[in-house]
Amino acid sequence: MDIIQNLSLGFSIALSPYTLMLAIAGCFIGTIIGSLPGLGPSNGVAILIPITFTLGLDATSALVLMTSVYYGAMYGGRISSILLNIPGDEPALMTTLDGYPMAKAGRAGDALVLSGVASFVGAFLATVGLILLAPLLARVAYLFGPAEYFALYLLAFCTLGGMSSNNQAKSAIASCIGLGIAMIGVDNNSGMPRLTGGSLHMMDGVDFLVAIVGLFAIAEVFFFIEGRGKNSSIGIKLDKVTIPWKDINATKWTMLRSSFVGFFAGILPGAGASLGSFLAYMTEKSIAGPKGGFGTGVPKGIAAPEAGNNAAAGGALVPMLTLGVPGSGTTAVLLALLMTLNITPGPTLFADRPEVVWGLIASLLIANVVLLLMNVPMVRIFVKVLMVPPRILLPGVTMVSFVGIYSLSGSYFDLLLMVGFGALGYILRKLDIPTVPVILGILLGGNMENALRRAMVLSDGDASFLFSSPIAIGLWIAAILGFVAPMFLRSVLQKPQRVSD
Amino acid sequence: MASDRIFGLIILFVALAYIASATQIQSSFLADPVGPRAFPILIGAVCILSSLVLIFRPDPDPEWPKRATFWALLISIIVLVAYAYALKPLGFIVPTAFAAGIMSYQISPNLRTAMLAGTGLSTGLFVIFKFILGLGLIAFPKELFG
Repeated sequence: MDIIQNLSLGFSIALSPYTLMLAIAGCFIGTIIGSLPGLGPSNGVAILIPITFTLGLDATSALVLMTSVYYGAMYGGRISSILLNIPGDEPALMTTLDGYPMAKAGRAGDALVLSGVASFVGAFLATVGLILLAPLLARVAYLFGPAEYFALYLLAFCTLGGMSSNNQAKSAIASCIGLGIAMIGVDNNSGMPRLTGGSLHMMDGVDFLVAIVGLFAIAEVFFFIEGRGKNSSIGIKLDKVTIPWKDINATKWTMLRSSFVGFFAGILPGAGASLGSFLAYMTEKSIAGPKGGFGTGVPKGIAAPEAGNNAAAGGALVPMLTLGVPGSGTTAVLLALLMTLNITPGPTLFADRPEVVWGLIASLLIANVVLLLMNVPMVRIFVKVLMVPPRILLPGVTMVSFVGIYSLSGSYFDLLLMVGFGALGYILRKLDIPTVPVILGILLGGNMENALRRAMVLSDGDASFLFSSPIAIGLWIAAILGFVAPMFLRSVLQKPQRVSD
Repeated sequence: MASDRIFGLIILFVALAYIASATQIQSSFLADPVGPRAFPILIGAVCILSSLVLIFRPDPDPEWPKRATFWALLISIIVLVAYAYALKPLGFIVPTAFAAGIMSYQISPNLRTAMLAGTGLSTGLFVIFKFILGLGLIAFPKELFG
């Protein structure tokens, strides 16, 4: 009964008044961030990391606060999807397909409550799955040597690249940009500077937080300037908010199935929440058949992607905590948070710092309940947030990003780099090149190279050592499949387009 | 078509330059079989392969912004760069008000709301950061107020 013991340890940390307050504050801030059009979990969490770091919270508190924001943003994303037909981030895209038509049919309140309940079910089941699966996977992870880790990192790049782009070459370029940037700075093994161009600013390498905030937040601001705020259409009015018991009851199996699908999609390294909500929606659509009316505003079409999306968010934490390999853009950002707090994710985390892991898991459960309670009666408050015009919101986001990065290092050079990354992110996204592999590359590049070099030290330079264990071979095969298979599945996995008015 | 080709060419040259400078990395007496050069060169090689794919099999062009929008983007970048340089010597409030105001004007061109957004954001954010979150920001240049 390890689990119960561990959970009680976790709850004893998470239920302390201070931590509880942080969790509630995080949920509130997160929901607001999620519901702001243009701010999703990844850029929302990204701009808050530097500030949290400067506040000097201890590791557990900071982690509780930021994961509450993460879960909250996942909840909040549905509000702008349903009322404005603007997904706050990519996973929320699927919710617009049925959420917006349902809201247009005058059932905005029902859609919001139903999606809130579906989010709760998905996130709750995924957290339970995390509790059951993570310790097991942590035990398997002890078998991983440097060769296996190298293959695992490769797998993460391949699947992420395969899933997140329509062109494998483009996602490979994105990964290479990230890995290449990660090489800059002093080499850990030899202590010699690499690729700094002689600049002293580059000796420490490029701070991944600078890159994340630039690529996610600043690039988003540039997109808004390009759009000139034309997305700020006034959405649908929300009248009465009642609890649609009938719809909730009718979709209970949909929620269960979608949570299951979403959770396992989330676990795949590199696949993430977008795949979770997509697969959940598509599964339910094919179960319902053409008579199901998917796309016209049916309850199941709202419940499925929301449960899938939130379950995937929980599932993505499994590889992130046990192996240190994030499953999505947002978990990459959370990994950056862990690295900033000097916590090394991996199997040893479960053995050495159980208070961090189980405190985090317990606060996920608490945050989830808080979010459900917050989101049903208080949904009107969050709807008000949608009224914030982009001409105030986006400059605000920029300034918060600047202050965050500036308070980290106090150097103008990091700010310039951040603007540079913003411009790079804009160009990359314009050319349909995914930016998440860039982040992943910067985060994992050093580890990946170290794994390779340690493997070669162990084998005395024999490259066949990389394929010497069954786990490594399995990972290599999965990596190649993950990179190649989407080329052939592209016609099947064709993403549906947004509903247009 | 053209955008992908141009981008592919740029990446190709950057990757070549990257490999060239990677060969110049000095190794130290702490030698390991891989050394500090191999992995960067490997990355560069993968990058060259992918950029060749991009050059020979480009995707259709994206919709690039019109000239006016392009200028708005360029102005924003210049403003942000200037802001990065100004933040330390000039304090938080004045540069932030200008930068936020100009950004706001780029998103919706209305002088009055832009000015209000600029001053409002700079004072509001300063109060939040300084007094609620306790970050060490300086409101005005130190020389002015001793």
